[in-house]
Amino acid sequence: MPQIICENASLGYENRPIVKNLSFSVSAGDYLCIVGENGSGKSTLMKTILNLTPPLAGSIRMEGLSSTEIGYLPQQTQVQRDFPASVQEIVLSGFQGRCGLRPFYTKAEKELARQNMERIGIASFARRCYRDLSGGQQQRVLLARALCATRKCLLLDEPVSGLDPKATVQMYDIISQLHREGITIIMISHDMNAALDQATHILHIGEKLFFGTREEYLHSGIGRSFLTEKEDKSC
Amino acid sequence: MLNTLLVYLSYPFVRYALIVGVLIALCSSLLGVTLVLKRFSFIGDGLSHVAFGAMAIAAVLNMTNRMLIVLPITVICAVLLLRTGQNSKIKGDAAIAMISVGALAFGYLLMSLFSTSANLSGDVCGALFGSTSILTLSKTDVWLCILLSAAVLFFFVLFYHRIFDVTFDENFSRAAGTKVDAANLMIAVITAVIIVLAMNLVGSLLISALIIFPALCAMRIFRSFFSVTVCAAVVSVSCAFLGIVISILAGTPVGSTVVAADVAAFAICALIGKIRGE
Repeated sequence: MPQIICENASLGYENRPIVKNLSFSVSAGDYLCIVGENGSGKSTLMKTILNLTPPLAGSIRMEGLSSTEIGYLPQQTQVQRDFPASVQEIVLSGFQGRCGLRPFYTKAEKELARQNMERIGIASFARRCYRDLSGGQQQRVLLARALCATRKCLLLDEPVSGLDPKATVQMYDIISQLHREGITIIMISHDMNAALDQATHILHIGEKLFFGTREEYLHSGIGRSFLTEKEDKSC
Repeated sequence: MLNTLLVYLSYPFVRYALIVGVLIALCSSLLGVTLVLKRFSFIGDGLSHVAFGAMAIAAVLNMTNRMLIVLPITVICAVLLLRTGQNSKIKGDAAIAMISVGALAFGYLLMSLFSTSANLSGDVCGALFGSTSILTLSKTDVWLCILLSAAVLFFFVLFYHRIFDVTFDENFSRAAGTKVDAANLMIAVITAVIIVLAMNLVGSLLISALIIFPALCAMRIFRSFFSVTVCAAVVSVSCAFLGIVISILAGTPVGSTVVAADVAAFAICALIGKIRGE
């Protein structure tokens, strides 16, 4: 069952399209990895999915999912790094979008937040201060917050950028565990190996567009040339 | 000493000053945490200069109730400043600096050109550093201040979680469907109201101190948003109370005494933070 359907969309700012004629669909339970060069429009696509910038042409539709029901893991900002807040406060703030005019969180929401923290393995430092945590721990806190905002779909923007190798592996493990639990995952990544290791579908954006399953991507011309290019650079 | 204090407290104007001072300190410290964390510390400073300019206009027009003109002008500038912060050709800090010095110069110019008062430098000095006006408050002023502070407190409690959310991560809350722009607008308007109120207490040059110091004090010691907010409020209220009492007993200017108390509190908190951290 498709959750997100994108048809012939053009994306960009102020009538300057970055991506043209983009079509893809995400079904419930998919693990989609969005790859592409810097500046190819990955972040713009993400904002369009979240309904923050409208597509210039074409459409992005949701079925059985509203854009506020997507759990979003943004990249960290400078302000957050030294923010005096406890882990619990941050995770709870994931419910904010659902509160509407209600000013306080309910008992059920607090309980759900606790469960989500256990799911991600951060329950032990619920009372600690965010700025005292390591990069990997901070990222997991933000993931727990995203989980509070959704039960269906997670949108992850470079979830492992700036993490050390061990924390990276841990983060990917948690993400694929959530995927196995039935949550749709959409992830922007620079890390091709992990993308090909875990994703079920690949969306490549840039001058040439590609959308299909992982196997199709590995055998497509665009996939092979992008991969060899990456390897050349890393040599 | 205690006796002298009790004698002073029997005068209504001293009680008024204490009530107003404590309320203003409370409100400014609550908002201060958000403003400092959002990197908006200088907005308080910029807006207070705008309020000074507006005050000059009111003085020139010989208005009896200056609030009528000072409050709207400051609120409008607050909204404009926050809007420019998002996307404009002049970046946030430059816009604030521009508006703040512009309003300051314009205000002084107006006052010196058209002032009917014999004591121009006294007027200007009073507006900038806090005059004795905190000690000459009428009953209406006090009630107005109580009312506005109650409104600020009410909004802050009601929107506490939203304010936290918007301060911590605008992108996330935007994606989750929170009306971030509305929340920022509300923060700007409340900031403007507090600044206009605080002009009575410490004058326009020293207002930023009321906004920044309590928050910074609390952040040295505490590590969750809630405890930082509560601690900032406590520090701010005690400093305001202490400052006003000292200034009455020692005959020092009210505004600068309160700010000096805040500076002292910051030094103490920084020390405590250092000892705890090691």
